[in-house]
Amino acid sequence: MNDLTLKDCVDRKALSRIQLERLQQTVTRLYEKVPFYTKAFDEKGVKPRDLKTLADLAKFPCTVKTDLRDHYPFGLLSVPQNDIVRIHASSGTTGKPTVVCYTREDLSIWAETMCRTLQMGGATEDDMVQVGYGYGLFTGGLGVHYGAERLGCSVVPMGGGSTEKQLMLIRDFGTTVICCTPSFFIHMIEEAEKIGLDFRDTKLRIGFFGAEPWTEEMRQLIQEKSGIRAYDIFGLSEIMGPGVSADCECHCGLHIFEDHYYPEILDPDTDEVLPPGEEGEIVFTTITKKGMPLLRYRTHDISRLHYEQCKCGRTLVRMEKIRRRSDDMLIIRGVNLFPSQVESVLLPIKGTVPHYQLVVTRTKAMDELEIKVEVTPDVFSDEVRSLEVLRNKIAFEIKQIIGLTAKITLVEPGTLERSAGKAKRVLDLRNQA
Amino acid sequence: MAIKQVSIFLENMVGRLATVSQLLGDAGINIRGLAVADTNDFGILRLLIDDVEAGVEVLMKNGIVCQYSEVCAVEIEPCPGSLAKALGVLRDAGVNVNYMYTVAEPGGPNAVMIFQFGDALDKAEEILANAGFKVLDKLA
Repeated sequence: MNDLTLKDCVDRKALSRIQLERLQQTVTRLYEKVPFYTKAFDEKGVKPRDLKTLADLAKFPCTVKTDLRDHYPFGLLSVPQNDIVRIHASSGTTGKPTVVCYTREDLSIWAETMCRTLQMGGATEDDMVQVGYGYGLFTGGLGVHYGAERLGCSVVPMGGGSTEKQLMLIRDFGTTVICCTPSFFIHMIEEAEKIGLDFRDTKLRIGFFGAEPWTEEMRQLIQEKSGIRAYDIFGLSEIMGPGVSADCECHCGLHIFEDHYYPEILDPDTDEVLPPGEEGEIVFTTITKKGMPLLRYRTHDISRLHYEQCKCGRTLVRMEKIRRRSDDMLIIRGVNLFPSQVESVLLPIKGTVPHYQLVVTRTKAMDELEIKVEVTPDVFSDEVRSLEVLRNKIAFEIKQIIGLTAKITLVEPGTLERSAGKAKRVLDLRNQA
Repeated sequence: MAIKQVSIFLENMVGRLATVSQLLGDAGINIRGLAVADTNDFGILRLLIDDVEAGVEVLMKNGIVCQYSEVCAVEIEPCPGSLAKALGVLRDAGVNVNYMYTVAEPGGPNAVMIFQFGDALDKAEEILANAGFKVLDKLA
């Protein structure tokens, strides 16, 4: 066992001491350097010195996604801007992205936790890792990339999409590890079958799949169809990116890298901290990050924490796979989407709001988004061309602002399903057979 | 001179045309001509009906999106080359036809063609009339 995996098996008492020390440094830093937190602490009547035990964290204010938006783009930095060496962003709820900033040290921590993620699935420096997550502002590609480099793997920065090319590289390069969304990998399996490629005849042996929720059944399916071992990875850009927590070979929850990301479970309604094992909203505090540390960040993901030592020997707390959320956010092909974002795209187009509905389906394991828009007399035209212009305009704006390719369907008024007179905004049909 | 047609938005699915024609039939409104433009998911039905106001009212009341627009109705002699002559006159004047269809029940010995010219409607009617075509302001 090398030095990094030792960190995963640390004595919990020693871990708690490290966590407390780092949390104290974090709240002090936030109070002194970030005006938003100074104000939030003062309003709650807490000072950094009030954090005497880990349990005291419950007295401190939470951070929500809109706080990031309200301080767009760089209002929550705790270092001078020239200490920032990388900026990532994810799509936001009003068209403005949610921005996150990293110092050199932050990137090093990110690479470390991503490296530990890969090691948890059995990857070593002898592996060739093909990164099938998108590069760019999205944290997936570069996050996995630097973790794999840290481990000493040969990294193939393929990026998302281009299924045929992915398959060609897996075969020709002898890729041993693939990292992408689970739905994209299932798509790859299907495309491979079409061209007569069996992954058992390649060197591919491990897959790390994340950026969207998936089930244990999907994991079994992937393993059966491809012969590789499949692992779940979890992360969110606000906290760091991929590699906040990860699956070990026991597949009994994702180990959180608690020496950097401190978790709590809150009752989403009362905001009370819940005891271990209870279901609630998982909340993270970054305890080593410098660029843009976040205190008690509300993920809206519903999970449970288990502190008993895992059969794999790791002592790191395990979070259950995310099965649902406490808000209406959808995750489609790794992209976060709130129905309100679609509304903000449609709003300037006369006559289309509030008559729309999002339909999410999974065809050939790929998530598909369809946006149905009711045609009202305001937007109707006798010309096919102008209706197609309208449809293309909506599709273009969705792609520009949200980053998703959506199928736009124009439907007759009154045909979208309504519940109690209120339009039903989302039909998520992905988990139906 | 132009006459009014009714354009209707329809989803491309079973029974929508039947619904529209039934509604008009039940209201005692006769359909004189029609054309359908279709795409993958939706279609536009263009109708010439006896009583445009009453027809639109009954459709709107039933939640069907429709609108009026003006089109040009022209008598065409029922003999070889007469349609080509009308189109030739328009071509020579540089007028584009967006779409056209025939009236199913012209109410006389001649065929009646419906042309949609968009903004060029007045100009096109003048060109056709000057070339000796009978441009109608209502169906017989």
